[in-house]
Amino acid sequence: MTKVERAAARRGGKRSGPPEPEFVQLLTPEGERVSHPDYSVDFTDDELRGLYRDLVTVRKLDAEATALQRQGELGIWASLLGQEAAQVGSGRALRQQDMAFPTYREHGVLYCRNIDPIMPLGLFRGVDQGGWDPVAHRFNMYTIVIGAQTLHATGYAMGIVKDGKVGDDDETSEAVIAYFGDGATSQGDVNEAFIFGSVYNAPIVFFCQNNQYAISEPLERQTRIPLYQRAAGFGFPGIRVDGNDVLATYAVTRAALDNARHGQGPTLIEAYTYRMGAHTTSDDPTRYRVASEVEAWQAKDPVVRMRKLLEKQGIADEAFFAAVDEQARVEAVALRERVLSMPDPDPATMFDHVYPNGSPLIDKQRAEFETYHASFEGSH
Amino acid sequence: METLTLGKSLNLGLRRAMEDDSKVLIMGEDVGKLGGVFRITDGLQKDFGDERVIDTPLAEAGIVGTAIGLALRGYRPVVEIQFDGFVYPAYDQIVCQVAKFHYRSRGKVSLPMVIRIPFGGGIGAVEHHSESPEAYFSHTAGLKVVACSNPSDAYWMIQQAIASDDPIIFFEPKRRYWEKGEVDTAAPLSSAYPLHSSRVLRSGGDATLLAYGPMVRTCLDAATAAAEDGRNLEVIDLRSLSPLDMAPVFESVRKTGRAVVVHEAPGNIGLGAEVAARISEECFYSLEAPVLRVTGYDIPYPASRVEEEFLPDLDRVLEAVDRSFGF
Ligand SMILES: Cc1ncc(C[n+]2csc(CCOP(=O)(O)OP(=O)(O)O)c2C)c(N)n1
Ligand SMILES: [Mg+2]
Repeated sequence: MTKVERAAARRGGKRSGPPEPEFVQLLTPEGERVSHPDYSVDFTDDELRGLYRDLVTVRKLDAEATALQRQGELGIWASLLGQEAAQVGSGRALRQQDMAFPTYREHGVLYCRNIDPIMPLGLFRGVDQGGWDPVAHRFNMYTIVIGAQTLHATGYAMGIVKDGKVGDDDETSEAVIAYFGDGATSQGDVNEAFIFGSVYNAPIVFFCQNNQYAISEPLERQTRIPLYQRAAGFGFPGIRVDGNDVLATYAVTRAALDNARHGQGPTLIEAYTYRMGAHTTSDDPTRYRVASEVEAWQAKDPVVRMRKLLEKQGIADEAFFAAVDEQARVEAVALRERVLSMPDPDPATMFDHVYPNGSPLIDKQRAEFETYHASFEGSH
Repeated sequence: METLTLGKSLNLGLRRAMEDDSKVLIMGEDVGKLGGVFRITDGLQKDFGDERVIDTPLAEAGIVGTAIGLALRGYRPVVEIQFDGFVYPAYDQIVCQVAKFHYRSRGKVSLPMVIRIPFGGGIGAVEHHSESPEAYFSHTAGLKVVACSNPSDAYWMIQQAIASDDPIIFFEPKRRYWEKGEVDTAAPLSSAYPLHSSRVLRSGGDATLLAYGPMVRTCLDAATAAAEDGRNLEVIDLRSLSPLDMAPVFESVRKTGRAVVVHEAPGNIGLGAEVAARISEECFYSLEAPVLRVTGYDIPYPASRVEEEFLPDLDRVLEAVDRSFGF
């Protein structure tokens, strides 16, 4: 196979237009380690096994959430299926002090920040709208309005510069990662974030998971050039990585974050991947894409290739794989139980926290609300 | 007569508008193959092609802004905003541009565009999918704002809005998309009830309920319940939020002496306040009680598990009617 053919084979689903450019890859779908002139990683055997465990676990938790939605326990769920490597690779590349701004799909990143996976489920169950402290967790609340968080991330990164937290020391200097999708790249907010990030040389990594779709709309509706090439027009580097390769995603993201924290400004990373499931549990992808396309991407599964690597290197045996599956299952069961026992909020709490300083209007309405509901007591 | 859901009525209304005028375009996110997330444009791209039913990039400001340019070229764009909470990126284009072109050009150009927005709550959705932003647009001179409440109105009002040279914000009560009603699809458009008119849907002499969009059904149900208790409530569907058609409202309130305005949007500085002010200006001596409002509370739309407590319902409407009779 020629280089171009290999690239085409990797891409899977047939698309019109010129062949896609190469991406950074360190682990092939067959589980072969390959080298790249600019990027490399030296993982210990333990770390490789850890990444595999992450991939399996986030997939399992995601499947559990989908099941919970099917059973009516969640209102909706946005599955990360197929995007595990993009999320685990980038999530593990973050240093402790770094800040992440997710969309609504970054459950895998959240997990890799060692955050309790129950945290975002209140939003999907409909009992809250986040409810956590973004700064304390170094992980913003989920943002549903497409692209908005890229500006918040950029402003946060501008603050890092003002605070003198950009520098050579990897352990103390900070960087930010902003997650968004291929569809989001069309939004004004995202383009404005690129501009602000660029002119203020902010320590930010724009991490685009190109999963080929924005609900039903294929990539062609958003762009005629590869997304990572957009960065050039804004004045910072852009790079495409195999988003189904956890090692390459880790290497590319770690380098971009460190460049940012060292004062070299933003990078746009396009993690080339595929949304294997529906957009959300409300969506029906059979209306807009063919099964053969999904099958082609199945062959590039991010979890399977990592397992092959571990097998080839002889650093994991059947017992290990079984133990990982079992542990993931246990975590999923625990998650399920905690979701089932999540209480509905007391309705009167909807009046809380509208303003830090309160408001007489809200106080009056809360009082009326309580009186009104008290009037029903005993009448049923 | 056909029995249709509100959603299907919109779909057929759009179809008919596209058949009648080749300049009508549909633009929005996922409106093509998918037929929109609510399937309101289902089948239209298949039949009219992707030059007329356009899946746009994911950018609301871009959708509305380019629709303005297309309108300047003589097209009649019908824009779909996927959910109420996602209209705000386009807010600048709508308020600063769509609303003002005609005025600024001293009438030399008009922008005959329709911006469709599924609005309101009650579907158990996550945040930004249940909002009622109608007051923002009704407050803006140069825009007309309407809301349909039932299948027949949906079928006719969308066609009237498309045929109008005014820019129109068209609110669709998303939780009522699946409710059915009779639609006379064979009638000529000219025979349809006028677009910017309010309409008495149930007559009664004891009190007047005023609503639009999703709350019309709630008020009709409340009137049915009240009738069992011997109270006859008149229900008026406002239909046009800007301009408001107040004449039938005044007539009703002069008869009943009591009025309750109902909407999902928060009450503070909302449409209900405008309606109440106009009634008190015109019907002061007929009023037996102050005009009351039943609205969403002045808080961000809450998590879906408590939305039923946030949204006005039959009980809250009847409680307000009781209060009105307490004066
Ligand atoms: C401003 C805005 N417009 C529309 C939507 C509705 N919507 C939710 S997800 C989505 C597609 C997003 O696609 P992409 O950015 O590729 O992210 P993905 O869902 O594929 O991860 C759309 C249109 C929204 N949430 N926000
Ligand atoms: Mg996408």
